[in-house]
Amino acid sequence: MIQHVLAENGETAKLLADDPIWLVLIKVVGIFAFLVVMTLFMINWERKVVARMQHRPGPNRVGPNGWLQSLADGLKLAFKEDIRPVLADKWVFFLAPVISCIPAFLAFSVIPLAGEVNLFGQQTALQLVDLPVGVLVVLACSSLGVYGIVLSGWASGSPYPLLGALRSAAQVISYEIAMGLSIVAVIMFTGSMSTGDIVNAQASTVLGAFPGWFGFLLFPSFVIYVVSMVGETNRAPFDLPEAESELVGGFHTEYSSLKFALFFLAEYVNMVTVSALATTLFLGGYKAPWSGEFMNTGWWGLLWFIIKTLAFLFLFIWLRGTLPRLRYDQFMKLGWKVLVPTSLVWIMAVAVIRTGAIQELSTAQRLIALGVIVGLVLLVSFLLPDKKVQDTKGVPLAGSGFPVPPLDLVVPKAAPKRKVKVANLPKETAAVTTGKEAE
Amino acid sequence: MSLLTFLAQQPEPVQRVADVVTTGEAISFWILGPLALAGALGMLFARNAVHSALWLVVTMLSLGVLYMIQQAPFLGFVQIIVYTGAIMMLFLFVLMMVGRDSSDSVVEVIRGQRLAAALLGIGFAVLMVGSVARALTSVESRGLAEANTTNGGNVGNIGQKLFTDYLFAFELTSALLITAALGAMILAFVGRDGKPSKKTQKELVEERFQEGKRVGSIPGPGVFATANSVATPALLPDGSVSEESLFEVIEATDKATLSDDVADVAGTGHEADAHALKGSES
Repeated sequence: MIQHVLAENGETAKLLADDPIWLVLIKVVGIFAFLVVMTLFMINWERKVVARMQHRPGPNRVGPNGWLQSLADGLKLAFKEDIRPVLADKWVFFLAPVISCIPAFLAFSVIPLAGEVNLFGQQTALQLVDLPVGVLVVLACSSLGVYGIVLSGWASGSPYPLLGALRSAAQVISYEIAMGLSIVAVIMFTGSMSTGDIVNAQASTVLGAFPGWFGFLLFPSFVIYVVSMVGETNRAPFDLPEAESELVGGFHTEYSSLKFALFFLAEYVNMVTVSALATTLFLGGYKAPWSGEFMNTGWWGLLWFIIKTLAFLFLFIWLRGTLPRLRYDQFMKLGWKVLVPTSLVWIMAVAVIRTGAIQELSTAQRLIALGVIVGLVLLVSFLLPDKKVQDTKGVPLAGSGFPVPPLDLVVPKAAPKRKVKVANLPKETAAVTTGKEAE
Repeated sequence: MSLLTFLAQQPEPVQRVADVVTTGEAISFWILGPLALAGALGMLFARNAVHSALWLVVTMLSLGVLYMIQQAPFLGFVQIIVYTGAIMMLFLFVLMMVGRDSSDSVVEVIRGQRLAAALLGIGFAVLMVGSVARALTSVESRGLAEANTTNGGNVGNIGQKLFTDYLFAFELTSALLITAALGAMILAFVGRDGKPSKKTQKELVEERFQEGKRVGSIPGPGVFATANSVATPALLPDGSVSEESLFEVIEATDKATLSDDVADVAGTGHEADAHALKGSES
């Protein structure tokens, strides 16, 4: 069993506690700038990668190699006409994009970008704040961000946005449960909800050389988190609230100009935030893939953090370029019938493993525990209903699975052919006439 | 942001005087308190149901931040996640389903409803005033400094209390919630009892093939230059109405009104001219 030495929790919080106010302000501005630049970069990167996947060049006109395209688009958006529909609810329509944007930025305040660094003569961690309940901040912010989507859909006063908003409300509530449950296993292993402590707990290596990241140790949690983070951010293949083939633009159909830009910004900032949280929780945060001091202290952390986050962001793009959109009921089934039960079972397993590791069980006790688990699995497998027996009276199926007509099918009689003499055919007339012929 | 850094500071382990209010706490209270009150009043007096719900969200958010200020960060964030995030979202969900223009009905549906509501309201107010008054006068405040620093901190202590001292109450609450959820589901699905389950697409296809009568789909309604309504029947090549295209729910259009189209298809009508697209009156 993996013997995890619990690190002294709360180290990062102590390091951050004596930050002077000007340093806090610098960090705030820095995080804001980081997120905005990441958004501009992501839009371009996404267009380029998707273009490459589809064998076309992608944006390549504005700026060096087209990398300023998103900046130009953003500036253009600001000068567009701001339209408010007549039926829209004035205040809520105005507030919705703001509500969706603020929590997106706020959530990033608990993400550790690097460990202990020297910033303008101050020893500090590259993280705005390390709360004892840090992971909950991200969940709370994502649950507030949905209000922006839901209210925009309602306030627009038109059916497509409303449908998008309804889908979004159901979607985010469902997937937030799966996301929260996937985080629980990490918290149980760390013994703390603070993001700084979670990164420190992953610093050691297991089995000699492998990094002790929770992505390996808690692989099911990792998979569930990655699936639900795509669902939380409304990205393909789970982009049902803005399904452009069904709902025009979904919740932001009626938005234009800067308000639309805010929605766009919020979506990409959310993507960066959930990717950064995935890095923090499951890929060792700002730690290098090996233990020891080499390239693993100070500002090197920022490099590792950005590389890992970009890997997740690439996954987002890859998914969008590869998978078709899910149907709504399939999507809900995946969340409630697959992700949530799997999470619950996995958390129970983790609890058993943790209890075993902490209490130093003897071999006999471990074998008994193993036996109980195997027995439970067997019991569940017996309780599962058998697969339905194929009914033999059914239509014979060819190899492809499509029903084929029975061999004794009576072919319906064709209608008798009418013979029409050419002379009796109706005279062809021009589609557009001068109008004089009718007189 | 100074709020967050303030929150991040771990309280010092020294036993501090419990009921001293720091400046930051006082400032936060005098901002958040009126905000929460305004939210509550706005919820009562807003005309629109969704606006009402939004005002309630303001109150809940203010309460959540107040909990955080008072050294209860876990409670504060759970308040935001559970109440504003999940429960109010469900409220909004239902309100959006109802529609934005539905106004409140003033008709008394249940007899004596207003009287009962008034009595219950007064009773609730008495209870509230009583408990708040008791909390202000006879209960000695202890502060959370001890709970936040010893024995695993805030979250650890809450977890320990929940699963030891208050285990029975906790389990009862969860049983109650599960019962409520199951009850709601049973009520929602009561209409489908007894009826055979809906056939899947595959079953329908196989059924069609077994009957062997019509394998393809039923003809759609007629689409003409002058009519594309579902009520317009499709016309067969000889100009007669295709009975299969008639939609049984909608009363099909009288055949007489289609006589021109019938004539056109049969090749016996008048020849098309520039006015043909205007309809039958030409």
